[in-house]
Amino acid sequence: MGYTITEKILAAHAGRTEVKPGDHIVADVDFMVANDITAPITINIIDDIKNAKIKNEQIALVPDHFTPNKDIKSAQNVKLMREFSKKHNVKYFFETGRCGVEHCMLPEMGLVLPGDLVIGADSHTCTYGALGCFSTGVGSTDLAGTLITGKVWLRVPETIKLEYKGKLKKWVFGKDLILMTLKELGNVDAIYKALEFTGSTISTLSMYQRLTMSNMAVEAGAKNGIFQPDKITEEYVKERARRSYKIYKSDYDAKYSDVRKFDVSKLDPQVSLPHFPSNAESVKNIGKIEIDQVFIGSCTNGWYEDLEIAARILKGKKVAPAVRLIIAPPTPEIYMKALKNGLLEIFGEAEAVIGPPTCGPCLGGHMGVLAAGEKAVATTNRNFIGRMGHYESEVYLSNPAVAAASAVAGRIVHPEEVL
Amino acid sequence: MDKMQGKVWKFGDNIDTDLIIPARYLNMTDPEELAAHLFEPVRGENFDDLINSGDVIVGGDNFGCGSSREHAPIAVKASGVSCVIAKTFARIFYRNSFNIGLPLIIHSQAAEEIKEGDTLEIILEEGKILDRSSGKEYSFPSLEDMMIKLIESKGLIPYILNEGYDNGEK
Repeated sequence: MGYTITEKILAAHAGRTEVKPGDHIVADVDFMVANDITAPITINIIDDIKNAKIKNEQIALVPDHFTPNKDIKSAQNVKLMREFSKKHNVKYFFETGRCGVEHCMLPEMGLVLPGDLVIGADSHTCTYGALGCFSTGVGSTDLAGTLITGKVWLRVPETIKLEYKGKLKKWVFGKDLILMTLKELGNVDAIYKALEFTGSTISTLSMYQRLTMSNMAVEAGAKNGIFQPDKITEEYVKERARRSYKIYKSDYDAKYSDVRKFDVSKLDPQVSLPHFPSNAESVKNIGKIEIDQVFIGSCTNGWYEDLEIAARILKGKKVAPAVRLIIAPPTPEIYMKALKNGLLEIFGEAEAVIGPPTCGPCLGGHMGVLAAGEKAVATTNRNFIGRMGHYESEVYLSNPAVAAASAVAGRIVHPEEVL
Repeated sequence: MDKMQGKVWKFGDNIDTDLIIPARYLNMTDPEELAAHLFEPVRGENFDDLINSGDVIVGGDNFGCGSSREHAPIAVKASGVSCVIAKTFARIFYRNSFNIGLPLIIHSQAAEEIKEGDTLEIILEEGKILDRSSGKEYSFPSLEDMMIKLIESKGLIPYILNEGYDNGEK
């Protein structure tokens, strides 16, 4: 009997030859991450344990949500992380200026690798599944438990296989594939399960588009969203890896709880309407929706490739007078590359505001909070009630091309409408 | 185990963690402070003042979806809520709740039928939910071993410190 990539990675980390869905295992963890929202609770727990010793080389502490510190409480939380890192010799603590959005920084720095088992105190930890590792979000207490023991308890998930075929139309990206998939799966079918992204369409997707898709696996309720490593993965990983890694692939006779097949050759850019990511529609079918703000950034769609797509649309154009366009390159590396290659100049000329690397606007934290009645297009991952500000504001999720084009048009449009 | 008895506060499907505790309050870690903003987007400010110790939250499908913020179950627990019943739970919320010693029960029929304001008694060891208002009784299968251990230990950290992870089936 064959096994899925998820089952193989979990079995290897639990010291077993095989695992099956429903098994409870205690597994070794390769790497962990926490941010300025979740780490303070973890730190308080560890501080309460007498003589606690932590796995200080296997964790990244990334103050990215409310930074640069938005208020005194946020500053205290980052200070707590800084002091904890000093006290426990934490190898990877990132100070503002050297810090970016966690789920962009860790792959970029080669801290998470194919075949790894990664947990993070942030739901979008599932992002790293794009590299072919098992990666899932947990809470602060789970993270504290793993910091002390190096292990985590897990229930082995069933896997849903998602097969995509067909060549994508222009202006259609990984973001559109995942928004469409969320609509197809609904909010309940994938809870506790693994999503495995496969098919001929996937094999041509860049690493960044795969990262966008894995990032949103949690929006379906899934435990992880995984891709089988291929040449594109190895190309991305080989120059970044700081340690050895292992490639796992699903067996041809692996068992899946469900298989869904999609022909995506006719798919148009998708927009998720308020107030759920699964509420996706073709941009051509949503009617006239005027907007107040656009945000391009976040762990979902702030990659350099995404900024390049936005720049292709914004070059030589101006943002509509009634719209605020906020662009926040999520890591210092992406920021500097965008600077050196002239992208930031294009954004500035278009009258966008360029923000620092931060999660801020995505979660209504700071730097782009919405007022009552306002509507925003965002390249982020969630459009829950009040996600970006007032409970009566609305968030529409899209790919970076639709977001940039909508900023120019003043309403949500297909990129072709402004070109 | 503490007695679980109280009034029902009922919610619908897809109650996400931004509704349970909005992100702008995540610069706080104190349970009491967080509880003051529990369900603020849907129930208004100081909803926790109405909650008495032992009360029960009843939700629909996908309760606790969204972010991994442990602030959500921490706020629920600090408000005095003794248990949450729902048709389905988002997985991180599920882990987080048991990890801090807050029990959750998955029960579609109970979640459907129980009404806001009903008086409930829950006997975890016997797998019973008694609705004193409607007179109905619901039974649920025993929780998985790991969940029982977490509730008996009053959370993951005491469990790890007292039992050690390696006692698990490795």
